[in-house]
Amino acid sequence: MKKISWLLTIFLIVIPTFALAAGSVEGGSKQAVNWSAIGMFVGFVMLTLFITYWAAKRTASAADFYSAGGGITGFQNGLAIAGDYMSAASFLGISGLVYTSGYDGLIYSVGWLVGWPIVTFLIAEQLRNLGKFTFADVTSFRLGQTDIRILAACGSLVTVAFYLIAQMVGAGKLIQLLFGLDYWIAVVLVGGLMMVYVTFGGMKATTWVQIIKAVLLLAGATFMAGAVLYKFGFSPEALFAKATEVHPKKLAIMEPGTLISNPLSAISLGLALMFGTAGLPHILMRFFTVKDAQAARKSVFYATGFIGYFYILTFIIGFGAITLVSTDALFLDGSILEKTKSGIAAIKGGSNMAAIHLANAVGGNLFLGFISAVAFATILAVVSGLALAGASSISHDLYGMVIKGGAANEQDEIRVSKIATLVLGVLAIFLGIVFENQNVAFMVGLAFAIAASCNFPVLVMSIFWKGLTTRGALVGGFLGLVSAVVGVVLSPAVWEATLGYAKGSAPIKLDNPALFSMAIAFAGIWLFSILDRSKRASIDRDGFDAQFVRSQTGIGAASATTH
Amino acid sequence: MINLARIERDPNYRELVRRRSSLGWGLSLVMLVVYFGFIVLVAYAPKFLGTPLGSGVMTIGIPIGLSVIALAFILTGIYVRRANSSYDVLVRKIVEENRS
Repeated sequence: MKKISWLLTIFLIVIPTFALAAGSVEGGSKQAVNWSAIGMFVGFVMLTLFITYWAAKRTASAADFYSAGGGITGFQNGLAIAGDYMSAASFLGISGLVYTSGYDGLIYSVGWLVGWPIVTFLIAEQLRNLGKFTFADVTSFRLGQTDIRILAACGSLVTVAFYLIAQMVGAGKLIQLLFGLDYWIAVVLVGGLMMVYVTFGGMKATTWVQIIKAVLLLAGATFMAGAVLYKFGFSPEALFAKATEVHPKKLAIMEPGTLISNPLSAISLGLALMFGTAGLPHILMRFFTVKDAQAARKSVFYATGFIGYFYILTFIIGFGAITLVSTDALFLDGSILEKTKSGIAAIKGGSNMAAIHLANAVGGNLFLGFISAVAFATILAVVSGLALAGASSISHDLYGMVIKGGAANEQDEIRVSKIATLVLGVLAIFLGIVFENQNVAFMVGLAFAIAASCNFPVLVMSIFWKGLTTRGALVGGFLGLVSAVVGVVLSPAVWEATLGYAKGSAPIKLDNPALFSMAIAFAGIWLFSILDRSKRASIDRDGFDAQFVRSQTGIGAASATTH
Repeated sequence: MINLARIERDPNYRELVRRRSSLGWGLSLVMLVVYFGFIVLVAYAPKFLGTPLGSGVMTIGIPIGLSVIALAFILTGIYVRRANSSYDVLVRKIVEENRS
């Protein structure tokens, strides 16, 4: 009962915040208060709080908290994975990229999708068979627990932190534009709701919030893309013809453009997109929420289908926005239009708003409200998944395994993860406000680079390579982590755009460091493993056979708790 | 509890490992070759991807990009189908035979 009153209290705080904000709207970059959007969003929040309440009653053990008791089905998990992946950044960002550059948006979509088959073929089943709550369970299976848990926790927390900041800043800006709320109110609202979902409902609530959002987003995007195609008599050719006619780049939007500046940069970005997916802690964690290896494999199949379908929709939505948004004065900033003569550059709120304006263009104010609410819900759900992954890494890997040596009391571990969630939430709100006016686009790239250069190499080598030793994993993993961070700082995106050094002065010309940071990680892991003659090394190598049998057959794997 | 050496000698287990690794690595290789083939085209031959298809504005790059997306889904489907029909049966047999 205590929990209900808690939820109620928080909800009562949330509602007046809207009313308050509504009163304090002035011009500037904020939109007028959109009541249908707020109404639908409040509906979504009520539904998710109800789910959180329901999940809280059923979340007692550590298994419930971290992995929803292993009781999520393959199909549900597929939707939840797709939900984790279809963030506001990919929905608004890719459609915005298609809006400004056409074909280039497709390159990103393809890169973000092709990591999934690799996850299915090489990682999903093994992960389920070997792990329990976090991917560190797998990497430390036969290696030195303490060292490897610390490495995995560093990799997870750094990835989560950068991803979280990027999402928070994006959320603040978006909500400011969509709902007419102040930036800081938006950030506090996202952080606060996230803390409620995760601390009370754990993985069960986080998963269901993610599933609901995924369904809403897929439905909304389907409607939008359908409406665009309907306007052009379901002829893509007619859509593209109109788009090339009105876009200032004309036919150039139908081929790769300036986004990919040099070939090595393209390959490096491709590597980061593909293998980063297989190293994101909040995604890897989802494989422990299903019953067994079969369900794990099915869930990636569904996820790949949903995500691929969604990316095709965003491509259509981007082209739809070129034809319907950039030609309509309602969505354009008159003064910019005057100066540039380009409807593409003059879009109100920047290119990330392309999909939002398109919603208004094809479905009117009510549908605009729906898509705005869904975009907010998307941020909320992704942020919750990230926070849960970060908190699990702190409580399960650092507290439970490193500090308590695997002998932690289950209830204590849950308590630590709840405290960790609150700390992460407050930190995320704080950093979100600090970074308000910074360009944070590189942070998602950084998160992918670190995931691809630290988490992924250690994970894949621990599953498949008998020769891997604790020292090799530790040295190689940290080398990957450090080189990814250094590589991003020295890249044009940060060195020139964020730090403000002269154009062309960036020491490393790659926009994403994955090409060399992944190579350094794998080379480091290999070299320091084969040179390792310590006693620990022979224990590590001897443990491989038993691990391999379990990874293949699932004999001895953590089973689902009964509910 | 489980007899490692016995499982490793089990022909069903060998069959499972052989099938899973050849299919898993094989399909991964296909995906890698196709994807990096696409990226190399983007990087070195952007004009090729901009070749118009027929008389309209549609370029060859659009179906190529979309087919990489479709292929990712199809390959995953092939793996899951094969895995569901053979791996799980083999795993069940191995578990049965080594229960003692």
